[in-house]
Amino acid sequence: MQSLRHNIYTQLALFSVLYLGAALFVDDNYFRFVLSTVPIWAVMGISWNIFSGYTGLVSFGHAAFFGIGAYTVVILSLNFDVSPVIGIPLGCLGGLIAGVLIGYPTFRLKGVYFALAMLAYPLTLLYIFEWLGYQEPTIPMRTGAEGLWHMQFENPYYNIVVSVAIMCLAVWVSHKIHSSRFGLSLTAIKQNEAAAESAGLDSTKWKLRSIMVSGALAGLAGGWYAALVLVVTPNSVFGMLTSSQAMIVTLFGGVSTVWGPVIGSLVLIPTSEIIQATVGEKLHGIHGVLLGVAIILMMIFAPDGILTKLKSLVFKQRKDPNEQAPQVTPPATASGDSKRRISDEVMLDVRGISVSFGGLKAVSDVTFQVHKGEVLGIIGPNGAGKTTLFNLLNGFIPATAGEITFANTNLVGLKPNQVCRLGVGRTFQVARSFSRLTVLDNVVVGAFAKDDDDDVARQHAMEALELVGMAGHAQTLAGGLNSLELRLMELARVLAGRPELLLMDETLAGLGAEEVEVMLSTITNLANQGQSIVIIEHTMQAMVRLVDRFIVLNHGTVLATGEPTTVMKDPAVVEAYLGKKWVNNATD
Amino acid sequence: MIALENFLQSLIAGVLIGSLYGLMCVGLGLIFGLMRVINFAQGEFFMLGMYGAFYLFGWMGLSGIMGPLLAAVLSAGFSFAMGWGVHRFLLSNSTGRAVAGTEGDGHYQQLILTLGVSLVLANGALLVFGNLPLSIRTPYASQAWELGPLADDGMLMFFFNQARVMALVAAVVVTMATYLFISRSRLGKTLRAAADNPDAATYMGIDVERAHRISFSLGVAITAIAGGLVASYYPFQPYIGLEFVVIMYAGVVLGGLGSIMGPFWGGLIIGLVQQLSALFLPMQLQNGTIFVLFLLVILFRPQGLFGKNVERV
Repeated sequence: MQSLRHNIYTQLALFSVLYLGAALFVDDNYFRFVLSTVPIWAVMGISWNIFSGYTGLVSFGHAAFFGIGAYTVVILSLNFDVSPVIGIPLGCLGGLIAGVLIGYPTFRLKGVYFALAMLAYPLTLLYIFEWLGYQEPTIPMRTGAEGLWHMQFENPYYNIVVSVAIMCLAVWVSHKIHSSRFGLSLTAIKQNEAAAESAGLDSTKWKLRSIMVSGALAGLAGGWYAALVLVVTPNSVFGMLTSSQAMIVTLFGGVSTVWGPVIGSLVLIPTSEIIQATVGEKLHGIHGVLLGVAIILMMIFAPDGILTKLKSLVFKQRKDPNEQAPQVTPPATASGDSKRRISDEVMLDVRGISVSFGGLKAVSDVTFQVHKGEVLGIIGPNGAGKTTLFNLLNGFIPATAGEITFANTNLVGLKPNQVCRLGVGRTFQVARSFSRLTVLDNVVVGAFAKDDDDDVARQHAMEALELVGMAGHAQTLAGGLNSLELRLMELARVLAGRPELLLMDETLAGLGAEEVEVMLSTITNLANQGQSIVIIEHTMQAMVRLVDRFIVLNHGTVLATGEPTTVMKDPAVVEAYLGKKWVNNATD
Repeated sequence: MIALENFLQSLIAGVLIGSLYGLMCVGLGLIFGLMRVINFAQGEFFMLGMYGAFYLFGWMGLSGIMGPLLAAVLSAGFSFAMGWGVHRFLLSNSTGRAVAGTEGDGHYQQLILTLGVSLVLANGALLVFGNLPLSIRTPYASQAWELGPLADDGMLMFFFNQARVMALVAAVVVTMATYLFISRSRLGKTLRAAADNPDAATYMGIDVERAHRISFSLGVAITAIAGGLVASYYPFQPYIGLEFVVIMYAGVVLGGLGSIMGPFWGGLIIGLVQQLSALFLPMQLQNGTIFVLFLLVILFRPQGLFGKNVERV
C-alpha cells in the first residue's frame, strides 16, 4: 500500500493497464473516440491546475495555449506536409512561448483583472485566426505507412494509447511539481505573497515557470487533439468552452492535487459526451448548461474538489481525540558565559535614507550602522516610521534617496527576495504565515533561499524549529497556531534561511507576559550565539534587557542613538514619548 | 474631404454606440465598481435583456419609435428579479459581509461561480431560444435623419440612424436617473454606504445584505436595459454576452472603480475607439480591438482615467 501511494510510476502503470484494458472491450467507434479525448481533457485540467491551481491566479484563457498547439499541428500538416510527430512538440513549444509572452505582462494583475485579461487573449487570437482565413483547416487524410507517420491510425485503439501516454507524461510532470519546491513555493506565494517574497522566493520567476509548463502542456493537449480530430475551427479550440472545460475537470477532481484533474475528466467528459450524443442533437446547449451547473454546485458544496473533500472526510475520522496539543519548548535561559562579542565590523550601513508618500516624509535622512554581533533596538512612538524603515531595508518600498550597504551591495532597488537571499531576513508586525501549510512546510520555504537540495532544506527547517522550541508543532497546520507559536514559526522560517542579519518588527506585540519571556529568552539565545539583530519595539521596558544600543525615531528622523541607559534619560526622547511636561520629572 | 467625412461619421457612430456601452458599464459599475463583486455573468444578463425586450415588444404589440425603448425598460423588471434570485441563492455566501476582509474577499469563488452562471444562462438561452440571430424589427432601424450637405460640393453629409439616436436618448436618461438615485435619494445613499464599508453600515443599522442585493439587482437591470436598447438595431444570439462582458469591464476599469458616472464615460470612450479603429482596420479585427484595448487599459492604467483612488491590483 505504501509503495502504491507514494510511487508515481506504480500509479501510472496501474492507471494505464486499467484504462487501456477497459478500452479493449469498447468496440463502438464513437465511444473509442470519447475514450481518446478523456485523457486530453485530463491534460488540459493538469495544465490549468499547474498554473491556476497552484498560483491562485484564475485563468479563463487556457484555450489560447490549446489553440496555438492545435493550429500549429494543422497548419504544418496542411501547408508543409509536416507530421504531427514533429508538429506536436512544436505546438508544445508554441504554448510555452505563449505562456511567457502572455504571463510576463499579465502577472501584475490580480483577481478579475487577471481572469479577464486571460479571457481576452484567446478571443483576440480567435478573431486573428478568422481574419487570417483559417476558418476550418483540415489535416489531409493519409493512408498506409504515410498515415502511420502522420499518426492517423487505422485501428482507433492506438489513438487511446497515444492519449494515455501523453496523459502519463503530464501526470508525471504534475507529480514532480507537486512533490518539490516548485509546488511548495507556488503554494506559499498563493497564500501570502509578501511573506513568500521576504522569505526569499522570487514570485515572478516561479509564476513564470508555472505558466511556461502549463502553456506547454496545454499546447501538447491541443496539438494531439488536432491530430486526432483532423478539423479545427477557431471556435472549437480558442472558444470559451475549451477554457471552461479545463477548469471544471480540475475543480471537480481537486485543485492542487496530482490526480484530481484526471478523476474530474474521467467522470465529466464521458458524462457530457453521453448527454451530447443522446439529447444533444435535439437540445442544443444542454452540454454547456450542465457544465455550468456542475461548476456552480462544485463551488457551493466542495470548492476544493471531490478528491480534497473525500480526503478531509477520511482525515477527520482518523483524528485521535486523545492526542495532546504539542507544547512550545523554550530554550534554557541564557547560559553563564553569555557576554556578546560585538565586533567593529560594520554589517549594515544606512546612509541618508528617505522616502515620502505624497507630501508626507515618512522616513527622512536616516543614517545608522549595525555592527556584527550587535542587537540594535529601534524604538519610537507610533507613526515614527519604524516599520517603513524596515520596508525600505528589505525592499518592499523603494527609497527615494540614500544608500543601504550590506555585504558590499547597495540594497536600494533590490526586490525583497533578493535582499533575503543576500542574508537579510525579516519578521512582520503581524506574523505572516502560509496558513494552509504545515509549520514545517512554512519553515522549509524559508530554507529554500539557501539550500538547493530539497532534503537539505527540510533538515535545516527542522533544525530551525528546534532552535525556537517548535519542533513538536512540525506537522500542525499554521492556521491553528496561537500568536506566540505563529511568531516563533515566523522566526524559524527566517532562521532557516540562515540570515546574517535579522530584522524583527514588533515581535512582542500582542503577547502575554509569560509569552514575552519565552520570546525574549529565544531572542537572547540567538544573540548570544552571535546572531546580529535589529529589533523594533515601542515599549522600552522589555528592550532594555535585550539590546546593546538604541536608535530612537520620531517623525521619520533619528532623535537619539546610544546605550539604553543614556537614551532613556535623553530629554528629547522622553519628550517624544510622554510630552513636554514629563521631561523634568523623568530626568530627575 | 472624404477622409473628414468618414472620420466625422465614425465619430457619430462612436457616440451613438458608446452611449449604450456607457449605460451597460453603469450597471456593472454598481456591482463591480461600487461593491467589488465580480459578476462574470453580466454579459448574459445583458443578453437576457435583449431577449426580454424582443419578446415583450412582440407580445405587447408595441410599435412606434418609443416601442423598443418601452420594451427595454419594462423587461428590466424581469432582469431585476433574476439578479435578486442569483444573488440570494448563489452569491450570498461568497459576497458581502460573509467574505469581507478574507483573502481576496471571496473573489475566487465569485469568479468561478458566476462563470458557471454565465454558462448556464448562455447555453440555457440557446436551449430555449435557439441560435437564430434575432433583432427587434422596426422601420426606424433602417431610417436615418440627415444632416447636410454642409459643404458646397455636396460633401459632409451625415446620417443619424433613428433607432440608434432614440437608444442614445434613452441611455442618457437612464444613466442620469441612476446617478440622481444613487447620489441624492435616501435609499441610494444607503446602498453606497453598504457597499463602501459593510461593517460600519451594519453598525449604523443598515440591512447590508438587503442593500447589496438591491445594488446587485439594480446593476443587472440597468445592464439589461442597455441590452434591450441595443437589440433595437443590432442582431443578437445567445452567445453575444461574452463579447460585451469584456467591453463592460474595460469601461468600468477605464472610467474608474467606485464612481457612478465614470463607467459611462469609460464605455463612451470604448465605443469611440472601436468605431474609429474601423477607419484603418479590416472588418474581422474590429471586435479584436476591444480586447486589445481592454488589455492596454488594465495593463497600463488599472486605476482608470477618472479613478479617484489608485487601487493596487
